[in-house]
Amino acid sequence: MEIVVVLVIIGALVLFFIAMYNRLVTLRQRVKEAWADIDVQLKRRHDLIPNLVETVKGYATHEASVFQKVTEARAAAVAAGATGTPEQRAQAENVLTGALRSVFAVAEAYPQLQASQNFRDLQENLTATEDKISFARRFYNGNVRDYNTSLQTLPTSLFAGMLGFKPEQYFELTDAAEREVPQVKF
Amino acid sequence: MATVDPSPARLSIYEAASANRWRTLLLIAVFTALVAVVAYFIGEYFTPGGGVAALPIAFAISSGSALVSYFAGDKLILAQSQARELGPDEELKLRDIVESLALGLGIPTPKIYVIEDSAPNAFATGRDPQHASIAVTRGLLDKLDRTELEGVIAHELSHVGNRDIRVMVLVTVLVGTIALLADVMWRSFFWTQGGRRDRDRGGGGAIIAVIAIALAVLTPIIATLIQLAVSRQREYLADASGALLTRYPPGLASALRKIAADKEPLEVANKATASLYIANPLKDAPAFFDHLFDTHPPIQERIKRLEAMN
Repeated sequence: MEIVVVLVIIGALVLFFIAMYNRLVTLRQRVKEAWADIDVQLKRRHDLIPNLVETVKGYATHEASVFQKVTEARAAAVAAGATGTPEQRAQAENVLTGALRSVFAVAEAYPQLQASQNFRDLQENLTATEDKISFARRFYNGNVRDYNTSLQTLPTSLFAGMLGFKPEQYFELTDAAEREVPQVKF
Repeated sequence: MATVDPSPARLSIYEAASANRWRTLLLIAVFTALVAVVAYFIGEYFTPGGGVAALPIAFAISSGSALVSYFAGDKLILAQSQARELGPDEELKLRDIVESLALGLGIPTPKIYVIEDSAPNAFATGRDPQHASIAVTRGLLDKLDRTELEGVIAHELSHVGNRDIRVMVLVTVLVGTIALLADVMWRSFFWTQGGRRDRDRGGGGAIIAVIAIALAVLTPIIATLIQLAVSRQREYLADASGALLTRYPPGLASALRKIAADKEPLEVANKATASLYIANPLKDAPAFFDHLFDTHPPIQERIKRLEAMN
């Protein structure tokens, strides 16, 4: 009789472990899939930048430092993309976004450039890609939150570390609007 | 540092998806049972004891139409709506919106179709997010601005993410099958009426005949009511998750207002496909039965709920 009870309890525990483990694997897989979406869009943005630089260079010949900055920032972002963690990538992308803003700020001064269809297409493409990055980021962060929450809540938190599940990093970009708040000095 | 967005839209999508898996199974079970009962009584009506013989035919019909609707239902619906698939370089603004919002939901970009009709409307169909299509009318593209269009697309993509589309396709084809069966039954009653009257028949036969006729009348009505109730509930959910996806409920509210103000019916829509659209395309809301037969919740109510979200 006691043997049956013990067996039932062991069986229930095994089932509980399997369910918990499978749930964590599913959640972690969702995080990975969501990250792939971000990755595609970031790469797309990197691919657009050399074209943009070439186009702007054709009109604005005296802005070498701006071009160098954006080219360097792009190279750093590509490098971070190959090996970096989400946090490192987000940092590199933020620098790149800042450098891109300065390219567009320079472009403001050249009406002929503004009128060029090629430039406008590139600008639209970049804006659309940044939109997509922000949507993909939102989905990714939601998945990370679900995964991390279930790692850190009881009873999963007791075993998750033992089974080799680690919390994932959020992908946080600084908001363009937030950064562009002007400093007013008198 | 930017804060992490809470994303209740996506949370509810995983939940809605698993609820819809059960709903799909339940739907097929109820449908099979309904067809089996009808077939049994048709069989009994013609020859006593023939009911059991009719059951294999019933199962063949129900599994056949369930399979067809699962694998080809979306194509049937798109063809019937005269929708044309967009090439990769057409309607870039629309494609952009669809791609961005699909990323926000974590689903692949669905195929995009346009219906050349000036009545503004849209629907989504397919069996899962990997085999999904979204169709919008020319009128929708012409009459809505970007935020309104985003609202409508987000609503449709929520149907895709929630796996509503599979339930909707199944319901559309299965209810169509039941209506067809009931029609066949009616005709056979009228044709055999004269011949049967001469034959001597016990009380049991008469009861079965009455039940058979009652079923023939009630079955399509029951089936339609199930379809309508399920689809109205889904519209509210898709409105809510769509609004959360765009973070801008007034976009969809304003789009619904424009769609409601447009008095033109959509030519290619019919009773079977009406419940797929974002707003009733037939513009023939019947006043009787206290909205029991509406395919969509009242648009004013939907707008009110969207405005309450702010």
